Amino acid sequence: MKFKTFAMFVGPSVFLMLLFIAFPLVAVLLNSFQVTQPVFTTQEIETCSAGFLEQSCTTEIKTIPVLDENGDTVTTTEWVGLSSYANVLGGDRLTRALSNFDFGELLRIDFWKALRFTLTFTLITLPFVLGLGLAIAVVVNNATRAVKGPVIFVSLLPFIITPVIGALSIRWLFYGDGIATVWLEAMFDTDLAVAANGWAVEFLMMFYRVWHVAPFAFVIFYAGLQTVNQDTLESAVIDGASRWERLRYVVIPHLMPLIVFITLIHLMDAYRAFEEVIGFSSESQRITLQYLTYDYLQPDDAGNRQISSASASAMLTMIGVVILLAAPLRRTWRDHKGA
Amino acid sequence: MLMKRLALAGAFALSATTAMADCAFENDVEVKSLSAGFEAWKAVTDAMAECGNFSAELDQEFRTKQPAAFAADPSLYAIGGVSNGTITPLLNEGTIRPLDDLVEKYGQNLTPNQLIRVDGDIMAIAMMVNTQHLMYRKDIFEELGLEVPTTYDEVLEVAAAIQEAGVVEYPLGATMKSGWNLAQDFNNMFLGYGGTFYNDDSTPAVNSEAGIKALETMKALTEYMDPEYLVSDSTYVQQQFQQGKIAMANLWGSRGGAMDDPAESDVVGKVGSAAAPVAMEGGAPATTLWWDGIVVAKNIPDETAEAAFRVAMEGLDTDMVQGANEDAIWLIPGYEPNEMAQGAIATATADPTPISYPSTSQMGLMHTAIGNELDAFFTGDRSAEETLAAIEESYTAAAKEAGLLE
Repeated sequence: MKFKTFAMFVGPSVFLMLLFIAFPLVAVLLNSFQVTQPVFTTQEIETCSAGFLEQSCTTEIKTIPVLDENGDTVTTTEWVGLSSYANVLGGDRLTRALSNFDFGELLRIDFWKALRFTLTFTLITLPFVLGLGLAIAVVVNNATRAVKGPVIFVSLLPFIITPVIGALSIRWLFYGDGIATVWLEAMFDTDLAVAANGWAVEFLMMFYRVWHVAPFAFVIFYAGLQTVNQDTLESAVIDGASRWERLRYVVIPHLMPLIVFITLIHLMDAYRAFEEVIGFSSESQRITLQYLTYDYLQPDDAGNRQISSASASAMLTMIGVVILLAAPLRRTWRDHKGA
Repeated sequence: MLMKRLALAGAFALSATTAMADCAFENDVEVKSLSAGFEAWKAVTDAMAECGNFSAELDQEFRTKQPAAFAADPSLYAIGGVSNGTITPLLNEGTIRPLDDLVEKYGQNLTPNQLIRVDGDIMAIAMMVNTQHLMYRKDIFEELGLEVPTTYDEVLEVAAAIQEAGVVEYPLGATMKSGWNLAQDFNNMFLGYGGTFYNDDSTPAVNSEAGIKALETMKALTEYMDPEYLVSDSTYVQQQFQQGKIAMANLWGSRGGAMDDPAESDVVGKVGSAAAPVAMEGGAPATTLWWDGIVVAKNIPDETAEAAFRVAMEGLDTDMVQGANEDAIWLIPGYEPNEMAQGAIATATADPTPISYPSTSQMGLMHTAIGNELDAFFTGDRSAEETLAAIEESYTAAAKEAGLLE
């Protein structure tokens, strides 16, 4: 292909990638090193507030932002170096926790609490997604033609459901007097409070993620199974290989590139987990790194939002994803070079 | 045939709205409003819609949308529904206009109590008050021969007695959902013990005697609650009441109407209300006072602002209140307090009176810091002292980034 033709094909997507990925990333990076603040002034202000019968007026010293002649807030932007990163990582509390070797205290700092959960969440769900996806694919592949269609349809359902709705439906099964909770209570004759138990919530969040993502792995594996070399399989049968041995020595090596692919996608997706926190209202028990960024960005009632900390937290999340993906990517790269 | 029937139905619907319209004037300027979505706002915006050319957006996320929408030029909405908590960013950024001239021209029916003044200027028109106060099951209290508690010590005693009798699943309910709700529950108790959130120089002051006592009392109360209280918001508590699962809760006055709604409540006529209990002898009821009302955007033409204000006055008139008497504790003439309103009124008129929720930049940061750090105390990961110290550190970090602290 001539370079000009190549450039014309690739040009638009390179441009869009620069516009929507590279540029925002640079903006976030810059934001994480600077802080923009309104200029405040203190003023004695009388505020009258409604009571039921009559007003109560109070005069107090209020800190209010300065407005310029156009009525816009006057702001200053300062370079703060790594201080927003230090802030997100825990600042003085981090230093204290580290110098006292207090692991418990470390895990009570939002960032580390989120990191702990996000990592556990990502790494524990991964083998289940791969295993379950492969199991369904093998089962469907061996099912008789008549039931294949309906079985594929049913297995794909969790993947089609909107993530938040899926999370909410599992939440409603277990929280409060949910159907599943009532059954379990009757069966074991105890009183359960799922939402009050951090580990139970954590388990439900992982259960939901596996339930939701396994169909994706299934579809990919199922496609891969269609290309398994039948001759190799037949010779394995003749050699007396059991079903398990055929899977272990023929099918899985054949599917290896797909396994790496799903691992990459899942690591990226699970590390950015967010909807589980909202769906299961788990803020009090478990938070994820992505939720932490959202929390910094969310304005409070007075309209303050921590843009700089949010940017730092987003950068840290990205660095985390890169580290996590390094191992499988290196493997793919090596295979690529070897081939 | 179907088309014809649809057209006919449409015509009927149209005639129905015109028949209902009893607005004093014909509004010909396009007016939009953005407010919260609870019952009172539905009543008010429906009444405003009678004037024509009016559209309302009722959105529980209004507090995050409003500052940006009002800062646009021209503003995306002419009328905003606010409370004393959410008016702060609009005041700070100067995106709402003083209403003195409009009040003089069109506000003859407003009472002085409704005019919210900041630094002498009328910046908002209040329509209702709201507060968290004690709601309780009258039938259970009567059956067990219990007195309605007036202090939190008594609340604990009564809760123990109800627990003993085993008449409900949990004696107490509370709006302690992690985040804003939990922080507000703490604020109530903290103020009840006479605490102050921050000093004049914006440094935090929650790590105090009052803070410790507030946390201890809250922890003691949770013993009598559904163990899942950290996911329990106002609607959750309301439903616990409606389904007869709890006997008492310190709940928003605006939720009172739902208790007597036969369509969704099993306890119609059985829920009574009383003043919010006090936390310490001689203190104010452990709660905050809130008002809800309207503001008018600054970045709109004066004619639009005038039309918006006139429409708003139609929404806040006696006619509206008579049609929606149960929906709120109205400040508008013509309101007749029903039994459910007694608790809120007793709270608002108590001596000493609870303070209004402070509308300051510092309070916004403090509220968030409290909401983020309290969880660890209630899940048992952190002691009261450590939690309060963590709140102060978290507040200080946020205040530095916001420019309130050096």
